[in-house]
Amino acid sequence: MVPSPAARSFLAQRLTAHRHFWRSSALGSVLEPVLFLAAMGLTLGSLVDRGPGVPGGVGYLAFLAPGLLVAAAMQTATGESSYPVLGALKWDRLYEAVLATPARPGDLLTGHLLYVAFRVTTSAAAFLVVLVLFGAAAGPLVVLTLPVALLTGLAFAAPVTAMAARLEEDAAFAALQRFLIVPMFLFSGTFFPVAQLPLALEWFAYATPLWHGVALARDLALGTAEAGSALRHVGYLALWTAAGTWLAARALQRRLVR
Amino acid sequence: MGEPLVRARGLVKRFGGYTAVDGIDVDIAPGESFGFLGPNGAGKSTTMRMVGAVSPPTAGELRILGMDPAVDGPAIRARLGVVPQTDNLDLELTVEENLLVYGRYFGLPRATVRERTAELLDFVQLTDRAKDRVEPLSGGMKRRVTIARALVNEPDVVLLDEPTTGLDPQARHVLWERLYRLKQRGVTLVLTTHYMDEAEQLCDRLVVMDRGRIAAEGSPAELIAAWSTREVCELRFPLTEGGAGAAAHADALAPLVARGAAERVEVLPDRLLLYTADGDAALSEVLALGLRPLSSLVRRSSLEDVFLRLTGRTLVD
Repeated sequence: MVPSPAARSFLAQRLTAHRHFWRSSALGSVLEPVLFLAAMGLTLGSLVDRGPGVPGGVGYLAFLAPGLLVAAAMQTATGESSYPVLGALKWDRLYEAVLATPARPGDLLTGHLLYVAFRVTTSAAAFLVVLVLFGAAAGPLVVLTLPVALLTGLAFAAPVTAMAARLEEDAAFAALQRFLIVPMFLFSGTFFPVAQLPLALEWFAYATPLWHGVALARDLALGTAEAGSALRHVGYLALWTAAGTWLAARALQRRLVR
Repeated sequence: MGEPLVRARGLVKRFGGYTAVDGIDVDIAPGESFGFLGPNGAGKSTTMRMVGAVSPPTAGELRILGMDPAVDGPAIRARLGVVPQTDNLDLELTVEENLLVYGRYFGLPRATVRERTAELLDFVQLTDRAKDRVEPLSGGMKRRVTIARALVNEPDVVLLDEPTTGLDPQARHVLWERLYRLKQRGVTLVLTTHYMDEAEQLCDRLVVMDRGRIAAEGSPAELIAAWSTREVCELRFPLTEGGAGAAAHADALAPLVARGAAERVEVLPDRLLLYTADGDAALSEVLALGLRPLSSLVRRSSLEDVFLRLTGRTLVD
Protein backbone atom coordinates (compact mmCIF):
# COMPACT_ATOMS: atom_id res chain seq x y z
CA MET A 1 0.00 0.00 0.00
CA VAL A 2 1.63 3.19 -1.19
CA PRO A 3 0.51 6.46 0.44
CA SER A 4 -1.15 8.93 -1.94
CA PRO A 5 0.86 11.88 -3.26
CA ALA A 6 -1.21 14.20 -1.05
CA ALA A 7 -0.43 12.10 2.06
CA ARG A 8 3.26 12.27 1.19
CA SER A 9 2.96 16.03 0.70
CA PHE A 10 1.52 16.34 4.19
CA LEU A 11 4.35 14.22 5.58
CA ALA A 12 6.79 16.51 3.76
CA GLN A 13 5.11 19.56 5.31
CA ARG A 14 5.41 18.12 8.82
CA LEU A 15 9.03 17.10 8.21
CA THR A 16 9.83 20.61 7.01
CA ALA A 17 8.48 21.97 10.30
CA HIS A 18 10.31 19.24 12.21
CA ARG A 19 13.62 20.45 10.80
CA HIS A 20 13.13 23.68 12.75
CA PHE A 21 12.57 22.09 16.14
CA TRP A 22 13.95 18.55 15.98
CA ARG A 23 16.45 19.27 18.75
CA SER A 24 13.84 20.18 21.32
CA SER A 25 11.43 17.42 20.32
CA ALA A 26 14.21 14.80 20.29
CA LEU A 27 15.31 16.03 23.69
CA GLY A 28 11.79 15.51 25.06
CA SER A 29 11.34 12.10 23.48
CA VAL A 30 14.73 10.70 24.46
CA LEU A 31 15.72 12.52 27.62
CA GLU A 32 12.74 11.32 29.63
CA PRO A 33 13.30 7.60 29.08
CA VAL A 34 17.01 8.13 29.70
CA LEU A 35 16.24 9.71 33.08
CA PHE A 36 14.02 6.78 33.98
CA LEU A 37 16.69 4.41 32.81
CA ALA A 38 19.23 6.08 35.05
CA ALA A 39 16.99 6.47 38.08
CA MET A 40 15.26 3.11 38.00
CA GLY A 41 17.59 0.95 36.01
CA LEU A 42 20.83 1.80 37.75
CA THR A 43 19.84 2.66 41.31
CA LEU A 44 16.69 0.66 41.92
CA GLY A 45 18.02 -2.02 39.59
CA SER A 46 21.04 -2.71 41.77
CA LEU A 47 18.68 -3.39 44.70
CA VAL A 48 16.50 -5.68 42.58
CA ASP A 49 19.47 -7.61 41.29
CA ARG A 50 20.72 -8.21 44.84
CA GLY A 51 17.31 -9.64 45.78
CA PRO A 52 15.32 -12.33 43.97
CA GLY A 53 15.62 -10.34 40.71
CA VAL A 54 13.26 -10.28 37.74
CA PRO A 55 12.04 -13.48 36.03
CA GLY A 56 14.17 -14.96 33.27
CA GLY A 57 17.48 -14.56 35.05
CA VAL A 58 18.47 -11.27 33.41
CA GLY A 59 19.68 -8.10 35.09
CA TYR A 60 17.07 -5.44 35.87
CA LEU A 61 18.55 -3.00 33.38
CA ALA A 62 18.16 -5.48 30.51
CA PHE A 63 14.60 -6.16 31.71
CA LEU A 64 13.68 -2.49 31.95
CA ALA A 65 15.27 -1.14 28.75
CA PRO A 66 12.87 -2.63 26.14
CA GLY A 67 9.90 -1.64 28.31
CA LEU A 68 11.05 1.98 28.55
CA LEU A 69 11.69 2.12 24.83
CA VAL A 70 8.13 1.04 24.05
CA ALA A 71 6.59 3.22 26.77
CA ALA A 72 8.43 6.22 25.31
CA ALA A 73 6.91 5.35 21.92
CA MET A 74 3.48 5.52 23.53
CA GLN A 75 4.27 8.95 25.00
CA THR A 76 5.66 10.36 21.75
CA ALA A 77 2.75 9.06 19.67
CA THR A 78 0.15 10.31 22.13
CA GLY A 79 1.82 13.70 22.34
CA GLU A 80 1.98 14.10 18.55
CA SER A 81 -1.66 13.05 18.12
CA SER A 82 -3.31 15.12 20.82
CA TYR A 83 -2.58 18.86 20.94
CA PRO A 84 -1.06 19.07 17.45
CA VAL A 85 -4.13 17.45 15.86
CA LEU A 86 -6.64 19.60 17.73
CA GLY A 87 -4.45 22.61 16.97
CA ALA A 88 -4.39 21.81 13.27
CA LEU A 89 -8.17 21.51 13.30
CA LYS A 90 -9.04 24.45 15.46
CA TRP A 91 -6.24 26.88 16.21
CA ASP A 92 -3.88 27.05 13.22
CA ARG A 93 -6.44 25.56 10.81
CA LEU A 94 -3.64 23.70 9.11
CA TYR A 95 -5.99 20.99 7.89
CA GLU A 96 -8.37 23.54 6.37
CA ALA A 97 -5.49 24.93 4.32
CA VAL A 98 -4.48 21.49 3.09
CA LEU A 99 -8.04 20.55 2.16
CA ALA A 100 -8.25 23.59 -0.13
CA THR A 101 -5.81 21.68 -2.36
CA PRO A 102 -6.66 18.41 -4.12
CA ALA A 103 -6.00 16.59 -0.80
CA ARG A 104 -8.78 14.75 1.07
CA PRO A 105 -9.24 14.13 4.81
CA GLY A 106 -7.94 10.57 4.40
CA ASP A 107 -4.69 11.94 2.97
CA LEU A 108 -4.25 14.11 6.06
CA LEU A 109 -4.74 11.11 8.33
CA THR A 110 -2.29 8.94 6.40
CA GLY A 111 0.27 11.75 6.30
CA HIS A 112 -0.17 12.37 10.02
CA LEU A 113 0.30 8.70 10.92
CA LEU A 114 3.38 8.54 8.68
CA TYR A 115 4.80 11.51 10.53
CA VAL A 116 4.07 9.91 13.92
CA ALA A 117 5.73 6.74 12.64
CA PHE A 118 8.79 8.80 11.73
CA ARG A 119 8.89 10.51 15.13
CA VAL A 120 8.42 7.30 17.10
CA THR A 121 10.99 5.35 15.10
CA THR A 122 13.69 8.01 15.14
CA SER A 123 13.19 8.66 18.87
CA ALA A 124 13.31 4.95 19.63
CA ALA A 125 16.46 4.58 17.53
CA ALA A 126 18.11 7.43 19.43
CA PHE A 127 17.13 5.83 22.73
CA LEU A 128 18.50 2.52 21.48
CA VAL A 129 21.88 4.14 20.94
CA VAL A 130 21.77 5.40 24.52
CA LEU A 131 20.90 1.89 25.72
CA VAL A 132 23.93 0.46 24.02
CA LEU A 133 26.14 3.15 25.54
CA PHE A 134 24.64 2.42 28.98
CA GLY A 135 25.43 -1.25 28.50
CA ALA A 136 21.70 -1.88 28.95
CA ALA A 137 21.28 -3.84 25.72
CA ALA A 138 21.02 -7.56 26.40
CA GLY A 139 22.37 -8.36 22.94
CA PRO A 140 21.99 -7.56 19.24
CA LEU A 141 18.38 -8.78 19.30
CA VAL A 142 17.47 -5.55 21.09
CA VAL A 143 17.23 -3.93 17.67
CA LEU A 144 13.98 -5.87 17.16
CA THR A 145 12.35 -3.54 19.68
CA LEU A 146 12.24 -0.82 16.99
CA PRO A 147 9.39 -2.27 14.91
CA VAL A 148 7.54 -3.02 18.17
CA ALA A 149 7.92 0.62 19.22
CA LEU A 150 6.58 1.68 15.82
CA LEU A 151 3.54 -0.59 16.04
CA THR A 152 2.83 0.40 19.66
CA GLY A 153 3.14 4.06 18.67
CA LEU A 154 0.54 3.63 15.94
CA ALA A 155 -1.75 1.71 18.30
CA PHE A 156 -1.83 4.88 20.42
CA ALA A 157 -1.59 7.51 17.68
CA ALA A 158 -4.66 6.30 15.80
CA PRO A 159 -7.20 6.26 18.69
CA VAL A 160 -5.80 9.46 20.21
CA THR A 161 -6.16 11.15 16.81
CA ALA A 162 -9.76 9.94 16.70
CA MET A 163 -10.30 11.47 20.13
CA ALA A 164 -8.64 14.77 19.18
CA ALA A 165 -10.78 15.00 16.05
CA ARG A 166 -13.91 15.03 18.21
CA LEU A 167 -12.80 17.58 20.79
CA GLU A 168 -13.56 21.27 21.03
CA GLU A 169 -11.41 21.92 24.10
CA ASP A 170 -8.01 20.54 25.06
CA ALA A 171 -8.88 19.80 28.73
CA ALA A 172 -9.58 16.14 27.91
CA PHE A 173 -5.92 15.62 26.96
CA ALA A 174 -4.82 16.33 30.54
CA ALA A 175 -7.36 13.75 31.74
CA LEU A 176 -6.13 11.26 29.13
CA GLN A 177 -2.58 11.72 30.36
CA ARG A 178 -3.49 11.53 34.04
CA PHE A 179 -6.00 8.71 34.03
CA LEU A 180 -4.84 6.48 31.19
CA ILE A 181 -1.34 7.17 29.91
CA VAL A 182 0.45 7.58 33.26
CA PRO A 183 -1.28 4.57 34.90
CA MET A 184 -0.40 2.48 31.84
CA PHE A 185 3.16 3.69 31.98
CA LEU A 186 3.41 2.66 35.65
CA PHE A 187 1.39 -0.56 35.71
CA SER A 188 1.68 -2.20 32.29
CA GLY A 189 4.85 -4.14 32.85
CA THR A 190 7.41 -1.49 32.02
CA PHE A 191 9.00 -1.50 35.48
CA PHE A 192 7.97 -4.88 36.92
CA PRO A 193 6.16 -8.03 35.76
CA VAL A 194 2.41 -7.51 35.91
CA ALA A 195 2.08 -10.82 37.80
CA GLN A 196 3.09 -8.73 40.83
CA LEU A 197 -0.20 -6.83 40.61
CA PRO A 198 -3.50 -7.72 42.31
CA LEU A 199 -5.57 -9.80 39.94
CA ALA A 200 -7.94 -7.01 38.83
CA LEU A 201 -5.08 -4.70 37.92
CA GLU A 202 -3.26 -7.52 36.23
CA TRP A 203 -6.21 -7.94 33.85
CA PHE A 204 -6.30 -4.18 33.30
CA ALA A 205 -2.68 -4.43 32.25
CA TYR A 206 -3.44 -7.24 29.78
CA ALA A 207 -6.13 -5.10 28.18
CA THR A 208 -3.77 -2.19 27.51
CA PRO A 209 -1.96 -2.00 24.20
CA LEU A 210 1.14 -0.90 26.10
CA TRP A 211 1.50 -4.21 27.95
CA HIS A 212 1.42 -6.11 24.66
CA GLY A 213 4.06 -3.81 23.20
CA VAL A 214 6.28 -4.06 26.28
CA ALA A 215 5.93 -7.84 26.56
CA LEU A 216 6.69 -8.37 22.89
CA ALA A 217 9.66 -6.00 22.87
CA ARG A 218 11.07 -7.65 25.98
CA ASP A 219 10.63 -11.17 24.63
CA LEU A 220 12.34 -10.21 21.39
CA ALA A 221 15.19 -8.33 23.06
CA LEU A 222 15.90 -11.13 25.52
CA GLY A 223 15.53 -13.85 22.91
CA THR A 224 12.63 -15.50 24.72
CA ALA A 225 9.89 -14.81 22.14
CA GLU A 226 7.49 -17.58 21.14
CA ALA A 227 5.61 -17.47 17.86
CA GLY A 228 2.15 -17.88 19.42
CA SER A 229 2.35 -15.12 22.01
CA ALA A 230 4.26 -12.84 19.63
CA LEU A 231 1.48 -13.13 17.06
CA ARG A 232 -1.15 -12.40 19.70
CA HIS A 233 0.71 -9.25 20.75
CA VAL A 234 1.13 -8.08 17.17
CA GLY A 235 -2.51 -8.87 16.43
CA TYR A 236 -3.76 -6.94 19.45
CA LEU A 237 -1.65 -3.88 18.58
CA ALA A 238 -2.76 -4.09 14.96
CA LEU A 239 -6.37 -4.22 16.11
CA TRP A 240 -6.00 -0.99 18.10
CA THR A 241 -4.26 0.63 15.13
CA ALA A 242 -6.96 -0.46 12.68
CA ALA A 243 -9.92 0.44 14.90
CA GLY A 244 -8.34 3.77 15.84
CA THR A 245 -7.59 4.59 12.21
CA TRP A 246 -11.16 3.80 11.21
CA LEU A 247 -12.57 5.99 13.99
CA ALA A 248 -10.12 8.79 13.21
CA ALA A 249 -10.97 8.71 9.50
CA ARG A 250 -14.66 8.94 10.30
CA ALA A 251 -14.22 11.73 12.84
CA LEU A 252 -11.99 13.80 10.53
CA GLN A 253 -14.35 13.37 7.60
CA ARG A 254 -17.30 14.53 9.72
CA ARG A 255 -15.46 17.45 11.16
CA LEU A 256 -13.75 18.69 8.02
CA VAL A 257 -16.35 18.08 5.32
CA ARG A 258 -19.45 19.95 6.42
CA MET B 1 -19.54 33.81 -23.79
CA GLY B 2 -18.37 30.29 -22.87
CA GLU B 3 -19.60 28.30 -19.94
CA PRO B 4 -19.56 30.22 -16.67
CA LEU B 5 -16.73 29.30 -14.28
CA VAL B 6 -19.21 29.03 -11.46
CA ARG B 7 -22.87 28.25 -11.97
CA ALA B 8 -25.33 27.76 -9.11
CA ARG B 9 -29.06 27.17 -9.30
CA GLY B 10 -31.23 27.00 -6.20
CA LEU B 11 -28.12 26.38 -4.08
CA VAL B 12 -28.99 25.52 -0.48
CA LYS B 13 -26.88 24.78 2.58
CA ARG B 14 -28.42 23.72 5.85
CA PHE B 15 -26.68 22.88 9.13
CA GLY B 16 -29.21 20.88 11.09
CA GLY B 17 -32.27 23.10 11.29
CA TYR B 18 -30.39 26.27 10.35
CA THR B 19 -30.45 27.38 6.72
CA ALA B 20 -27.24 29.26 5.97
CA VAL B 21 -27.77 29.57 2.20
CA ASP B 22 -31.36 29.56 1.05
CA GLY B 23 -31.62 28.92 -2.68
CA ILE B 24 -29.26 31.22 -4.57
CA ASP B 25 -28.58 31.48 -8.32
CA VAL B 26 -25.14 32.68 -9.37
CA ASP B 27 -23.19 32.82 -12.64
CA ILE B 28 -19.59 33.94 -12.65
CA ALA B 29 -17.92 34.53 -16.01
CA PRO B 30 -14.23 33.99 -16.81
CA GLY B 31 -12.12 37.05 -16.08
CA GLU B 32 -14.67 38.91 -14.02
CA SER B 33 -14.39 40.11 -10.44
CA PHE B 34 -17.44 38.94 -8.60
CA GLY B 35 -18.46 39.88 -5.09
CA PHE B 36 -20.79 38.65 -2.39
CA LEU B 37 -21.66 41.68 -0.29
CA GLY B 38 -23.52 41.29 2.97
CA PRO B 39 -23.33 41.49 6.74
CA ASN B 40 -21.88 38.78 8.97
CA GLY B 41 -24.13 35.73 8.95
CA ALA B 42 -25.56 36.43 5.48
CA GLY B 43 -24.26 33.10 4.16
CA LYS B 44 -21.26 34.46 2.22
CA SER B 45 -18.58 32.23 3.74
CA THR B 46 -20.78 29.16 3.49
CA THR B 47 -21.29 29.91 -0.19
CA MET B 48 -17.55 30.34 -0.64
CA ARG B 49 -16.87 26.98 0.99
CA MET B 50 -19.30 25.31 -1.40
CA VAL B 51 -17.72 27.06 -4.38
CA GLY B 52 -14.33 25.99 -3.00
CA ALA B 53 -15.47 22.35 -3.29
CA VAL B 54 -14.88 21.66 0.41
CA SER B 55 -18.49 21.80 1.61
CA PRO B 56 -21.13 19.68 -0.13
CA PRO B 57 -24.38 21.55 -0.96
CA THR B 58 -27.55 20.36 0.77
CA ALA B 59 -29.68 20.97 -2.33
CA GLY B 60 -29.58 22.69 -5.69
CA GLU B 61 -27.19 22.54 -8.59
CA LEU B 62 -23.57 23.65 -8.46
CA ARG B 63 -20.98 23.44 -11.20
CA ILE B 64 -17.46 24.81 -10.87
CA LEU B 65 -15.17 24.98 -13.90
CA GLY B 66 -17.75 22.81 -15.64
CA MET B 67 -17.40 20.06 -13.03
CA ASP B 68 -19.53 18.68 -10.22
CA PRO B 69 -17.85 19.25 -6.83
CA ALA B 70 -19.47 16.11 -5.38
CA VAL B 71 -17.61 14.01 -7.95
CA ASP B 72 -14.60 16.04 -9.04
CA GLY B 73 -13.66 17.88 -5.82
CA PRO B 74 -9.91 17.30 -6.10
CA ALA B 75 -9.84 18.21 -9.82
CA ILE B 76 -11.74 21.43 -9.11
CA ARG B 77 -9.58 22.37 -6.13
CA ALA B 78 -6.47 21.81 -8.26
CA ARG B 79 -7.52 24.87 -10.29
CA LEU B 80 -8.67 27.14 -7.46
CA GLY B 81 -6.74 29.48 -5.20
CA VAL B 82 -8.27 29.99 -1.78
CA VAL B 83 -7.74 32.86 0.66
CA PRO B 84 -9.86 32.00 3.71
CA GLN B 85 -11.35 34.46 6.16
CA THR B 86 -8.87 33.50 8.88
CA ASP B 87 -5.27 33.01 7.79
CA ASN B 88 -4.31 29.35 8.03
CA LEU B 89 -0.61 29.49 7.28
CA ASP B 90 1.71 26.92 8.80
CA LEU B 91 3.11 29.02 11.63
CA GLU B 92 5.99 26.62 12.23
CA LEU B 93 7.38 27.29 8.74
CA THR B 94 9.07 30.24 7.10
CA VAL B 95 7.30 32.44 4.56
CA GLU B 96 9.06 30.71 1.70
CA GLU B 97 8.50 27.19 3.07
CA ASN B 98 4.78 27.85 3.31
CA LEU B 99 4.67 28.23 -0.47
CA LEU B 100 7.15 25.46 -1.19
CA VAL B 101 5.25 22.80 0.78
CA TYR B 102 1.90 24.01 -0.54
CA GLY B 103 2.96 23.67 -4.16
CA ARG B 104 3.61 19.97 -3.63
CA TYR B 105 -0.08 19.25 -3.02
CA PHE B 106 -0.73 20.30 -6.61
CA GLY B 107 1.76 17.80 -7.94
CA LEU B 108 4.04 20.49 -9.32
CA PRO B 109 7.71 19.74 -9.97
CA ARG B 110 9.97 21.14 -7.26
CA ALA B 111 11.85 23.40 -9.64
CA THR B 112 8.57 24.94 -10.82
CA VAL B 113 7.42 25.55 -7.25
CA ARG B 114 10.77 27.17 -6.39
CA GLU B 115 10.56 29.46 -9.38
CA ARG B 116 6.96 30.46 -8.68
CA THR B 117 7.62 30.97 -4.98
CA ALA B 118 10.33 33.51 -5.79
CA GLU B 119 8.05 35.29 -8.30
CA LEU B 120 5.06 35.33 -5.96
CA LEU B 121 6.99 36.61 -2.97
CA ASP B 122 8.19 39.37 -5.21
CA PHE B 123 4.61 40.02 -6.33
CA VAL B 124 3.38 40.39 -2.73
CA GLN B 125 6.52 42.38 -1.83
CA LEU B 126 7.82 39.96 0.76
CA THR B 127 11.06 38.79 -0.86
CA ASP B 128 13.08 40.23 2.01
CA ARG B 129 11.05 38.23 4.53
CA ALA B 130 11.30 34.92 2.64
CA LYS B 131 13.46 33.24 5.28
CA ASP B 132 11.53 34.58 8.28
CA ARG B 133 9.11 32.55 10.32
CA VAL B 134 5.48 33.41 9.60
CA GLU B 135 4.35 33.67 13.20
CA PRO B 136 5.69 37.14 14.11
CA LEU B 137 4.64 38.83 10.83
CA SER B 138 2.00 41.58 10.90
CA GLY B 139 -1.61 40.82 9.93
CA GLY B 140 -1.20 42.51 6.55
CA MET B 141 1.97 40.56 5.75
CA LYS B 142 0.39 37.24 6.75
CA ARG B 143 -2.51 38.06 4.47
CA ARG B 144 -0.10 38.69 1.60
CA VAL B 145 1.64 35.36 2.25
CA THR B 146 -1.77 33.67 2.17
CA ILE B 147 -2.53 35.33 -1.16
CA ALA B 148 0.84 34.33 -2.59
CA ARG B 149 0.24 30.77 -1.43
CA ALA B 150 -3.18 30.75 -3.11
CA LEU B 151 -1.50 31.62 -6.42
CA VAL B 152 1.17 28.92 -6.36
CA ASN B 153 -0.86 26.61 -8.64
CA GLU B 154 -1.66 29.45 -11.08
CA PRO B 155 -5.38 29.11 -10.39
CA ASP B 156 -8.17 29.90 -12.85
CA VAL B 157 -10.27 31.32 -10.03
CA VAL B 158 -9.14 32.94 -6.77
CA LEU B 159 -11.63 32.82 -3.89
CA LEU B 160 -11.11 35.54 -1.28
CA ASP B 161 -13.23 35.42 1.86
CA GLU B 162 -13.19 38.82 3.57
CA PRO B 163 -9.71 39.61 2.22
CA THR B 164 -9.09 42.77 4.24
CA THR B 165 -11.16 42.31 7.39
CA GLY B 166 -9.13 43.20 10.45
CA LEU B 167 -6.37 45.04 8.55
CA ASP B 168 -5.41 48.65 9.05
CA PRO B 169 -6.23 51.12 6.25
CA GLN B 170 -2.73 51.16 4.79
CA ALA B 171 -2.48 47.37 4.65
CA ARG B 172 -5.91 47.27 3.00
CA HIS B 173 -4.80 49.62 0.24
CA VAL B 174 -1.63 47.61 -0.41
CA LEU B 175 -3.78 44.48 -0.71
CA TRP B 176 -6.36 46.12 -2.98
CA GLU B 177 -3.63 47.29 -5.28
CA ARG B 178 -2.19 43.75 -5.55
CA LEU B 179 -5.63 42.25 -6.14
CA TYR B 180 -6.32 44.84 -8.79
CA ARG B 181 -3.14 43.76 -10.58
CA LEU B 182 -4.29 40.17 -10.50
CA LYS B 183 -7.59 41.22 -11.99
CA GLN B 184 -5.78 43.06 -14.75
CA ARG B 185 -3.87 39.90 -15.58
CA GLY B 186 -7.22 38.27 -16.26
CA VAL B 187 -7.50 36.18 -13.10
CA THR B 188 -11.10 35.61 -12.06
CA LEU B 189 -11.65 36.90 -8.54
CA VAL B 190 -14.55 35.85 -6.36
CA LEU B 191 -14.69 37.66 -3.05
CA THR B 192 -16.90 38.24 -0.08
CA THR B 193 -16.90 41.43 1.89
CA HIS B 194 -18.97 43.47 4.25
CA TYR B 195 -17.12 46.61 3.24
CA MET B 196 -18.89 48.60 0.58
CA ASP B 197 -15.71 50.44 -0.38
CA GLU B 198 -13.98 47.13 -1.00
CA ALA B 199 -16.84 45.94 -3.18
CA GLU B 200 -16.79 49.21 -5.12
CA GLN B 201 -13.01 49.03 -5.59
CA LEU B 202 -12.73 45.44 -6.69
CA CYS B 203 -16.01 44.08 -8.06
CA ASP B 204 -17.24 44.29 -11.64
CA ARG B 205 -20.45 42.69 -10.50
CA LEU B 206 -21.84 41.68 -7.18
CA VAL B 207 -24.79 40.24 -5.37
CA VAL B 208 -26.13 41.65 -2.15
CA MET B 209 -26.74 38.77 0.25
CA ASP B 210 -28.98 38.87 3.28
CA ARG B 211 -30.07 35.94 5.44
CA GLY B 212 -28.97 33.32 2.95
CA ARG B 213 -30.70 34.90 -0.03
CA ILE B 214 -29.68 37.20 -2.85
CA ALA B 215 -31.45 40.53 -2.45
CA ALA B 216 -30.11 42.22 -5.60
CA GLU B 217 -27.52 41.81 -8.32
CA GLY B 218 -25.58 44.10 -10.64
CA SER B 219 -22.52 46.29 -10.98
CA PRO B 220 -21.95 48.74 -8.12
CA ALA B 221 -23.18 51.63 -10.33
CA GLU B 222 -26.24 49.69 -11.48
CA LEU B 223 -27.17 48.75 -7.94
CA ILE B 224 -26.88 52.33 -6.76
CA ALA B 225 -28.93 53.58 -9.71
CA ALA B 226 -31.62 50.96 -9.14
CA TRP B 227 -31.92 51.10 -5.37
CA SER B 228 -30.82 54.53 -4.24
CA THR B 229 -30.85 58.21 -5.23
CA ARG B 230 -27.93 60.15 -6.63
CA GLU B 231 -27.15 61.91 -3.37
CA VAL B 232 -27.72 61.55 0.34
CA CYS B 233 -28.02 64.26 2.95
CA GLU B 234 -27.06 63.02 6.40
CA LEU B 235 -28.40 64.93 9.38
CA ARG B 236 -27.40 64.58 13.02
CA PHE B 237 -29.57 66.05 15.74
CA PRO B 238 -28.79 66.48 19.41
CA LEU B 239 -30.08 63.53 21.43
CA THR B 240 -33.30 64.65 23.15
CA GLU B 241 -34.18 63.91 26.77
CA GLY B 242 -35.73 60.48 26.98
CA GLY B 243 -33.61 59.32 24.03
CA ALA B 244 -36.00 59.43 21.06
CA GLY B 245 -32.91 60.59 19.12
CA ALA B 246 -33.06 61.19 15.41
CA ALA B 247 -36.47 59.53 15.12
CA ALA B 248 -38.07 62.50 16.87
CA HIS B 249 -37.18 64.70 13.88
CA ALA B 250 -38.29 62.33 11.14
CA ASP B 251 -41.89 63.56 11.20
CA ALA B 252 -40.75 67.13 10.81
CA LEU B 253 -39.14 66.16 7.50
CA ALA B 254 -42.33 64.68 6.06
CA PRO B 255 -43.22 67.88 4.15
CA LEU B 256 -39.95 67.61 2.20
CA VAL B 257 -40.90 64.17 0.92
CA ALA B 258 -44.42 65.37 0.17
CA ARG B 259 -43.01 68.24 -1.94
CA GLY B 260 -40.60 65.92 -3.76
CA ALA B 261 -37.45 67.59 -2.42
CA ALA B 262 -36.45 64.21 -1.01
CA GLU B 263 -37.48 60.75 -2.13
CA ARG B 264 -37.24 58.99 1.18
CA VAL B 265 -36.08 59.38 4.78
CA GLU B 266 -34.22 56.62 6.61
CA VAL B 267 -34.01 56.78 10.37
CA LEU B 268 -30.86 55.38 11.96
CA PRO B 269 -30.24 55.40 15.71
CA ASP B 270 -27.81 58.30 15.47
CA ARG B 271 -28.83 60.14 12.30
CA LEU B 272 -31.34 60.73 9.53
CA LEU B 273 -30.61 59.97 5.88
CA LEU B 274 -32.40 62.06 3.29
CA TYR B 275 -32.38 60.38 -0.13
CA THR B 276 -32.51 62.95 -2.91
CA ALA B 277 -31.22 63.87 -6.35
CA ASP B 278 -29.80 67.14 -5.01
CA GLY B 279 -28.41 66.99 -1.50
CA ASP B 280 -27.55 70.67 -1.13
CA ALA B 281 -31.02 71.77 -2.19
CA ALA B 282 -32.57 69.33 0.29
CA LEU B 283 -30.34 70.64 3.06
CA SER B 284 -31.46 74.24 2.31
CA GLU B 285 -35.08 73.14 2.62
CA VAL B 286 -34.37 71.42 5.93
CA LEU B 287 -32.93 74.65 7.27
CA ALA B 288 -35.85 76.62 5.77
CA LEU B 289 -38.21 74.42 7.80
CA GLY B 290 -36.54 75.78 10.89
CA LEU B 291 -34.77 72.53 11.78
CA ARG B 292 -31.31 72.93 13.29
CA PRO B 293 -29.24 69.74 12.88
CA LEU B 294 -26.07 69.46 14.93
CA SER B 295 -24.17 68.57 11.78
CA SER B 296 -24.94 67.72 8.18
CA LEU B 297 -23.17 65.99 5.30
CA VAL B 298 -24.06 65.77 1.64
CA ARG B 299 -22.52 62.80 -0.19
CA ARG B 300 -22.99 60.46 -3.16
CA SER B 301 -24.98 57.28 -2.65
CA SER B 302 -22.97 54.14 -1.93
CA LEU B 303 -23.58 50.41 -1.72
CA GLU B 304 -24.20 50.95 1.99
CA ASP B 305 -27.36 52.81 1.02
CA VAL B 306 -28.35 50.04 -1.37
CA PHE B 307 -28.00 47.55 1.43
CA LEU B 308 -29.96 49.72 3.84
CA ARG B 309 -32.74 50.06 1.32
CA LEU B 310 -32.87 46.34 0.58
CA THR B 311 -32.69 45.02 4.10
CA GLY B 312 -33.54 47.90 6.40
CA ARG B 313 -30.23 47.34 8.19
CA THR B 314 -26.70 48.69 7.99
CA LEU B 315 -23.79 46.52 6.85
CA VAL B 316 -21.32 47.12 9.64
CA ASP B 317 -22.71 47.64 13.12
